[in-house]
Amino acid sequence: MPMDWIWGLIGGLLIGGAATVYLLGNGRIMGASGILGGLVDGSGRNAWAERLAFLAALVAVPAILQGTQVVTAQTNLTPNIGLVVLAGLLVGLGTRIGNGCTSGHGVCGISRLSPRGIVATLIYIGAGALTVVALRSFLGGL
Amino acid sequence: MRILLALIAGGLFGAGLHLSGMTNTDKVQGFLDFFGSWDPTLMFVMGGATVPMFVAWRLTPNRAPLVGGSFPVLPDPALDRKLILGAVLFGMGWGLAGLCPGPAVASLSYGGTGGLVFLVSMIAGMLAAPPAKRWLDSPQALA
Repeated sequence: MPMDWIWGLIGGLLIGGAATVYLLGNGRIMGASGILGGLVDGSGRNAWAERLAFLAALVAVPAILQGTQVVTAQTNLTPNIGLVVLAGLLVGLGTRIGNGCTSGHGVCGISRLSPRGIVATLIYIGAGALTVVALRSFLGGL
Repeated sequence: MRILLALIAGGLFGAGLHLSGMTNTDKVQGFLDFFGSWDPTLMFVMGGATVPMFVAWRLTPNRAPLVGGSFPVLPDPALDRKLILGAVLFGMGWGLAGLCPGPAVASLSYGGTGGLVFLVSMIAGMLAAPPAKRWLDSPQALA
């Protein structure tokens, strides 16, 4: 769709607004992998309630938008369940070893001009691009 | 107050991911497909998200968060192998499925079985990270 980039920009501003609320309000970096990861491995036990609240709203608002058909979306995830499991394991392990994902290193790190955030973002985009090329070339598409 | 602000932030984050199309794996993999039919949407999302945050970081010096305490200190800028290895593994998984942690949670209500399988696998990967980090920090990993 030709209007996709406008929706991208609007959505991006909302995401940036969310990160701003979390930073200026709660004094925390809005990183999805950190908020979820700290909850499941127990390292973020002290702030479990605000983590849980953040995640609950993160699930609920898209569910409401989808349910009321205001704006619908689909995930188009690959039906290859082996690929889904492998991808999930890599994303979970990688974001916690590298201490961040697209929201933490990307949105919060780049805007802070943090060298670690910028380098991590360049690396995961590069690794992702090579993986997509490999998928398209060797597995005959996605 | 902390909880209310976390609800607002999570809700805005979810709305932004949903509206921008970032829960659609085709758009994410399309962005990563620099050598195919490239989809620039993710760049607009990242660009849009960076703008308010760029201003927000400028407001942090000599101030405190609304709820009190202090702002996160800038980590030591030194790059270590955990950062690099972690980013490589994350990028590979991101390219394979087109999902990262935020959208994986945000699309839980409409992602079907596949989305749930991804989320459970991601949590399993997260649980494997602390021992993996301990090993990477240990002397024998230097070899």
